Amino acid sequence: MNLEQKLQEGNKRAVARLITLVENKDPAAFELLKKLHNKTGNAYVIGITGPPGAGKSTLTDKLVKSYLNEGKKVAVIAIDPTSPFTGGAILGDRVRMNDLSTHENVFIRSMGARGSLGGISEGTSAAIKVLDIYGADYIFVETVGVGQSEIDIVKNCDTTVMVMVPGLGDDIQAIKAGIMEIGDVFAINKADRDGAKKTAREIDAMLDYNSNEWRPPLTMTVAVNNEGIGDLVDSIKEHRDYMQESGLFETRRINNTKNEIVELIKHRVLEHIFDNAYNEQKINNLSKEVVKRVTDPYTVCEDIMHNIKRK
Amino acid sequence: MDRPIRVLVAKPGLDGHDRGAKVVARALRDAGMEVIYTGLRQTPEQIVNAAIQEDVDCIAVSILSGAHSTLFPKISKLLAAQDASDILFVGGGVIPDDDIPFLKENGCSEIFTPGTPTTVTIDYIKANIKR
Amino acid sequence: MFDKEKMDQVNEGLDKFNEKTKSMLEKRPERNSVFYSGSGDEIKGLYTPADVEEFDYSDIGFPGQFPYTRGVQPNMYRGRLWTMRMYAGFATAEESNKRYKYLVEQGSGGLSVAFDLPTQIGYDSDHELSEGEVGKVGVAIDSLADMEILFDGIPLDKVSTSMTINAPASVLLAMYIAVAEKQGVSSEKLRGTIQNDILKEYIARGTYIFPTEPSMRLITDIFEFCSKDVPQWNTISISGYHIREAGSTAAQEVGFTLADGIAYVEAAVKTGLDVDTFAPRLSFFFNAHNDLLEEVSKYRAARTLWAQIMKERFGAKNPKSMALKFHTQTGGSTLTAQQPENNIVRVAIQTLAAVLGGTQSLHTNSKDEALALPTEDSVRVALRTQQVVAYESGVTNTVDPLAGSYFIEAKTKEIMDKAMEYITKIDDLGGAPKAIDNGYIQQEIMDAAYYYQKEVETGERIVVGMNKFQIEEEAPKDLLRVDPSVGEMQKQNLVDLRAKRDNAVVDAKLAALRTACEGTTNVMPVILEAVKAYATLGEICGVMREVFGEYQQSVNL
Repeated sequence: MNLEQKLQEGNKRAVARLITLVENKDPAAFELLKKLHNKTGNAYVIGITGPPGAGKSTLTDKLVKSYLNEGKKVAVIAIDPTSPFTGGAILGDRVRMNDLSTHENVFIRSMGARGSLGGISEGTSAAIKVLDIYGADYIFVETVGVGQSEIDIVKNCDTTVMVMVPGLGDDIQAIKAGIMEIGDVFAINKADRDGAKKTAREIDAMLDYNSNEWRPPLTMTVAVNNEGIGDLVDSIKEHRDYMQESGLFETRRINNTKNEIVELIKHRVLEHIFDNAYNEQKINNLSKEVVKRVTDPYTVCEDIMHNIKRK
Repeated sequence: MDRPIRVLVAKPGLDGHDRGAKVVARALRDAGMEVIYTGLRQTPEQIVNAAIQEDVDCIAVSILSGAHSTLFPKISKLLAAQDASDILFVGGGVIPDDDIPFLKENGCSEIFTPGTPTTVTIDYIKANIKR
Repeated sequence: MFDKEKMDQVNEGLDKFNEKTKSMLEKRPERNSVFYSGSGDEIKGLYTPADVEEFDYSDIGFPGQFPYTRGVQPNMYRGRLWTMRMYAGFATAEESNKRYKYLVEQGSGGLSVAFDLPTQIGYDSDHELSEGEVGKVGVAIDSLADMEILFDGIPLDKVSTSMTINAPASVLLAMYIAVAEKQGVSSEKLRGTIQNDILKEYIARGTYIFPTEPSMRLITDIFEFCSKDVPQWNTISISGYHIREAGSTAAQEVGFTLADGIAYVEAAVKTGLDVDTFAPRLSFFFNAHNDLLEEVSKYRAARTLWAQIMKERFGAKNPKSMALKFHTQTGGSTLTAQQPENNIVRVAIQTLAAVLGGTQSLHTNSKDEALALPTEDSVRVALRTQQVVAYESGVTNTVDPLAGSYFIEAKTKEIMDKAMEYITKIDDLGGAPKAIDNGYIQQEIMDAAYYYQKEVETGERIVVGMNKFQIEEEAPKDLLRVDPSVGEMQKQNLVDLRAKRDNAVVDAKLAALRTACEGTTNVMPVILEAVKAYATLGEICGVMREVFGEYQQSVNL
């Protein structure tokens, strides 16, 4: 199919196909992205992150419905872990968004983290662009919620919503390396549970240590009952308005893009080295030498770099 | 062909028995595939829409309630209407042998009946997706 | 139970025995390096008094007395055989009615109604989602009119009827009461069961409608209503059958089922009901799998645990509250599509297990179960299986004959301990509804199911005819087919019904239902009114869906 044409027509299959191609680093697909780059930048990207069991998918489902009611076009990228052993993944977030599958203005794509420590795959950035070109007004990126994913998500989103839940040992969760600085907006979901007020107080207290000018709002939600969604939408809008009025919106996008470019280069260079300079076997052999104490990792690295520079 | 095979595992209709679907989904994951599991009570429209948005190579449906002769052809028709008949369509569950020819005439490539080892299903999918 | 000196002698003898066998085993190794029970627990070569050293007869006691390990009646099958209750139902009410009359003629002691999926999920036959499903896995009941046909010519004061219905149990029970009323039978005389176990629907069976809280409310409303108006009715069949079918182990079957039971009792007590007013009418439903000895131990373990829980945790005083009565169904998932005749043998073994385990009623699967719904011939053989065991095998002559076996007592205790661990874990998670909410129970079952499949595929677990002793087979013939026109017929019936009935009255009754659902009054009387006015199942459940919302499923893979 003529991908570009179908894409412009808003054909969902073309969108889906292009996402697959960029996720798998198809060169022709990147050419297309280059060509259509000026069609990106319109969608507002919202990251949804938080520990497993917080109800991210249900919350996303309700947020999407809220924006749909405003007549907006919404896309969701739902990321689940990839098994490091088999390379496979169970992508189950759609289950929570079943009635959205057939909505005209919704596009939902499930992606495996595919080996990225951050839980956000390289493909995610590219997929966001594709959905942007498709015409989504809002793009939700829902992450795995463990490891470094909360940090990576910020690099791809305009607003990050941190979803917490009472009773999961949240106080410890929240202190986890810099989590409190990642959320632009906080939601305590399943707020009808015991301990919700306590969790809210704890998070509030921690947010007081926040050194930024923006004081993240804290919203109580019970996503399954559609409670608190309106407030959450308002909080997101508050953040968006703040970012745009203060000029930080642009700054952030520039920083995110900087990260993206650096990551792209890192990956290309790495591919380049392993493809052209040293193959898997050679590295294996060198590693054996290191373990035997014939050489050391730093020397190996210098040798390789020296050889590359020479080439 | 390094990119993982993507499979949609779905439970169409009202049947709530998902042990088989879940076991297959897990086996496919262990074989390195990305499995989009839709959960229960899927309409043919939901299944096809999901398959298209997820750009899957294969749709695998499981049904034990006897409604296969109605629901499977519906899925095929919707796929055809969306120009998506290149997606491999397979099924399993409680499906009498006598019904299989009809299902195959109506868009299903293969039916995996009770007792089929998951390895057979995995090998079939690998060998028959259109890529 | 054993004095120290005798025990020392046994232990000495055992050490010598193990020494002797060790050298024999080195020359002739056993068939497997380890032997596993059906649920995957290691089984030793020999069990002796050493394995039940701590055992005291008072731990199990006498049948018909706390803790009911040996059975819930003092003389069990000598007094009355278990009820031979064959689950049946398909297509239309007329055809099902015929099958019920056939089964009663052939000696079945009670009726067991299977409903189709639309009915189980509260949809009428003309609903979009009912397409292709009407009458397929059970009978289609859209209104009281269908229910009247279903029980036409069957005196409801003379039979006991079990209805496998969960989310809309309130409605079907109301219909049953209404049919009885028309027969001139008052609700006090009605005997039977409704499955009414919503927690296992979320866990393993999938025919839920509403979220947890309103579902529990409906269940406790039924408990309360029946305790006054239908006192002989078993208001719930707390089920482990489906949990086992979904892939759990025997210990999980007991643990998760009893945890569900605890949740129901807690919910009822919370509404102010005294435990002894409703607990005697709680019943259970277990699976009968292939490992006969493990299954017998399982039933004994379940009875013992439940008795202890009711007495110690809930302070029940009425002995009937502590006695776990159960129905059993032979394990559908153990049957093969390959060489279906072998299934008759499997079912016979499973029947023995259930009977040796003291079941109160039993459904035996037919040989063609893996292929389709049973034909009249194959269901007759399934019924005969029960009758052969009952009348020819001798196992009914005495109560709990396997008691005292070192293996059985050791295994009973082992399953009890394991099940209790699961119950404790679920308590820690805040109870069964919460453990379901966060997927703990479903994940455990899924893991067990996956290991089982792996074992079958590697050949570690042998399934005769399927991964060993296979033959080339022709496609099976003469399977039961549900006439696809059933759907159309039901749709037409609905059109006719809506034309005939007084729609103003129906609307009024549905409005009253809405009010009751929004409030806290017992919904049963209001549902009964609506049912008598010929409001359809879909209409009644539709109102409830609007007020209560729908359950949101999750994925636990």
